[in-house]
Amino acid sequence: MILNEIWFILFIVIVGGYLILDGFDMGVGILHLLLARNDTERRTLLNSIGPVWDGNEVWLILGGGVLFAVFPFAYASLFSGFYIAFMLVLVVLIFRAVTLEFRSQRPGSTWRSIWDVSFFLSSAVLALLLGVAFGAILNGVPLDARGEIEVNLFELLTPYALLIGVTTVAMLAMHGAIYLIMKTEGDIQARTKRWLPYLMGGFVALNTVGVIAAVALGLPFTDRYLEQIWPVIFPAAALVAMGAVWYFVQRARYFLAFAASSVMILMLLVAGGIGMHPNLLVSSIDQAYNLTIYNAASEDNTLTVALVIALIGMPFVLLYTIGVYYIFRGKVTVEPTSY
Amino acid sequence: MGLDAELLARLQFTLTITYHFIFPPLSMGLGLMLLVISGMYLRTKDPKWRRLSFFWVKIYGIVFAMGVATGVVMEFEFGMNWADYSRFVGNVFGSLLAAEGVFAFFLEGGFLGLMLFGGTRLGPRMWFGASLMVVVGAHFSALWIVMANSWMQTPQGYQVQDLPLPTRAVMTDFWDVVFTPSFIPRILHVFFASWTAGAAFVASVGAYYVLKKKDFADLGRAALAIALPFFILFAVANAFVFGPESARNVAEFQPTKLAAMEGIWETQQNAPAYAFGWVDTDAGTTTGLAIPGLLSFLSGQDTVEGINSFDVPPDVPPSEVQLTFQSYHLMVGLGMAIVPFALMAAGLWFWKRKLLEYRWALWIVVSTVFVSLFVITMGWWVAEFGRQPWVVYGLMFTAVATSPVVSAEEIVVSLGGFVLIYVLLMALFLYLLNAKIQHGPAPLEELETKPVEDLPDTLRSIFTARGEGEERMVR
Repeated sequence: MILNEIWFILFIVIVGGYLILDGFDMGVGILHLLLARNDTERRTLLNSIGPVWDGNEVWLILGGGVLFAVFPFAYASLFSGFYIAFMLVLVVLIFRAVTLEFRSQRPGSTWRSIWDVSFFLSSAVLALLLGVAFGAILNGVPLDARGEIEVNLFELLTPYALLIGVTTVAMLAMHGAIYLIMKTEGDIQARTKRWLPYLMGGFVALNTVGVIAAVALGLPFTDRYLEQIWPVIFPAAALVAMGAVWYFVQRARYFLAFAASSVMILMLLVAGGIGMHPNLLVSSIDQAYNLTIYNAASEDNTLTVALVIALIGMPFVLLYTIGVYYIFRGKVTVEPTSY
Repeated sequence: MGLDAELLARLQFTLTITYHFIFPPLSMGLGLMLLVISGMYLRTKDPKWRRLSFFWVKIYGIVFAMGVATGVVMEFEFGMNWADYSRFVGNVFGSLLAAEGVFAFFLEGGFLGLMLFGGTRLGPRMWFGASLMVVVGAHFSALWIVMANSWMQTPQGYQVQDLPLPTRAVMTDFWDVVFTPSFIPRILHVFFASWTAGAAFVASVGAYYVLKKKDFADLGRAALAIALPFFILFAVANAFVFGPESARNVAEFQPTKLAAMEGIWETQQNAPAYAFGWVDTDAGTTTGLAIPGLLSFLSGQDTVEGINSFDVPPDVPPSEVQLTFQSYHLMVGLGMAIVPFALMAAGLWFWKRKLLEYRWALWIVVSTVFVSLFVITMGWWVAEFGRQPWVVYGLMFTAVATSPVVSAEEIVVSLGGFVLIYVLLMALFLYLLNAKIQHGPAPLEELETKPVEDLPDTLRSIFTARGEGEERMVR
């Protein structure tokens, strides 16, 4: 039983790692058309994430693999139930992966403009879809007695899910803007600095509406907060972290602002996760059909093996992730061999 | 007319896995050749190797991007189209996919940036090191995937549990799951096939330069000199050692697949192997050029069981006899055909470099990369079609592995989407690849921003040197 709890926490950490790391990649993509005015600036933006985005996306692949291994029933019901939505996620993931590699391969301006639009669209739509999926999960899904979700795309697109989708776009745009300010200089950096307050304001406003809507709609994950007081520390921590983002941006300490923004993203996720616990998917038909970290999980033997694999592998992952970020630290320089 | 969701899901899987499986073998094989090329630079300091490294690493980037883009589809597809399969095998199969993420993808993804952009930032030894990590990661990835697939071919180390419902396979022994009887022969077969394709790719472009591009003829000869010996070694080893070893393994553990591979309908002693042929699945006959006793000889089985004799699970009649038969014969036929051509090329090469004068021989070298990749595809088809009607041999039928809530119409939509996107991607990929090859390796002066001696070439110097941005701030 303790293994199920550990894996619930680890799964949230993995999703958090994904949202923080690939989140700034998406943010840079969302801002790409808005901020960059010429080819050099666009290349600067692309190369700010160029050497690291692929490693960042691995967190998503890991999340999928872990869900498959550890909570296979949730994986199967979610992926087959959200069929068309996940198909769209795949389309944008495919386009984003090739966009970064393909754009720089030809010099033509039409060629590059097409990929610039593709970079923006794939990043923005990915953020939107992931947000909508989170929103739909928080909202509760029509899990039936068989443990299946039978729903079409438009039923998933509730106003609340759409709100969380737009909020995610705003959040990652803000996160990506802070990253860009760290990684760039000159005009592009100045322009990003001008936009950042609006992005922060937009995100905070949307997120506030999201919280009010969740309470007003009485969404299942808010129940715990009405019953117990201690889980409030997590949304409170997210609020404090957002305050810290604002504080550090005022003082032009952008690395610390980025760290605070990362903590904020993780805390929002944890706040949602605590509300859901022990459910992975809440049924809107009957709570008895919920898929939980117990009834959706693999057996203990698999959970132990997976934990051993994670304990052996993750220290290496952290070590060379930090190493690679260190080597590519400092401002982006665009070279002939760059994207 | 009602659409068949199972058939559509299978069609989609065939399309997406066949397409995806073009790229990982190239990531491994081309990666290995890149290590050879940059290793040559480390040894000789001849700038032509460095120029070739920059050239091939760009192509590696495109290949890798295609592999990533089409690979993530596979992980999603299990849950989307094969939900009941995922529920049944999650305990076992899922863990291997998760392990692939932890041990392989982070290694590849982490170091890819350093490999693609390290040429102008890292000294040659450190660049080689970064590339080595990516290539090792690519091999780890194949290791876990072939391991997972081998469990589907020859499952063990599990127990079927009914309660709580639904029925599922539960892992009883991790090491039994890792080392299923087919794993080691199959992974070696895959590695050697991938290396063959990678060496063929480099040799193929080299031969093309000698034939068509005067400016790069010298570089083309260098590429040929380095890639041809490896190509010959890998192709011959696979044709004579690892291929037959895989076939013997199938004979021992998957008799129904063996029967489908050679279209053997009746149990017989001294079973023949066909050079080529056609299976009539309705009549239950196979016609073609049969070589008596060859299958019994190659598989080491005096008596080969026929398709008609299988009636007790796990041995049920294979359902894709024609596809398995034809894929197998194309794989073996073309795989063996590579050998005499390889030996001929070697003979011409070592015989006073005559190869470079025979244009027809060079054109054959150009074609090897296409042949190698086609042979790999056929091999994958033998493995997968030959296992049908099982998705997990002897344990779960493909027909009951689908997603209950996904309709045929939804699969039509996603299948149509994949066809459109994949055709577009292939067109772009070939266009870019062709443009890169036509443009040729750029001169080092166009690429390098600093002399190679000034680049940090020890771990110590990398982690103590100030970053470029910091230098600028100090100024």
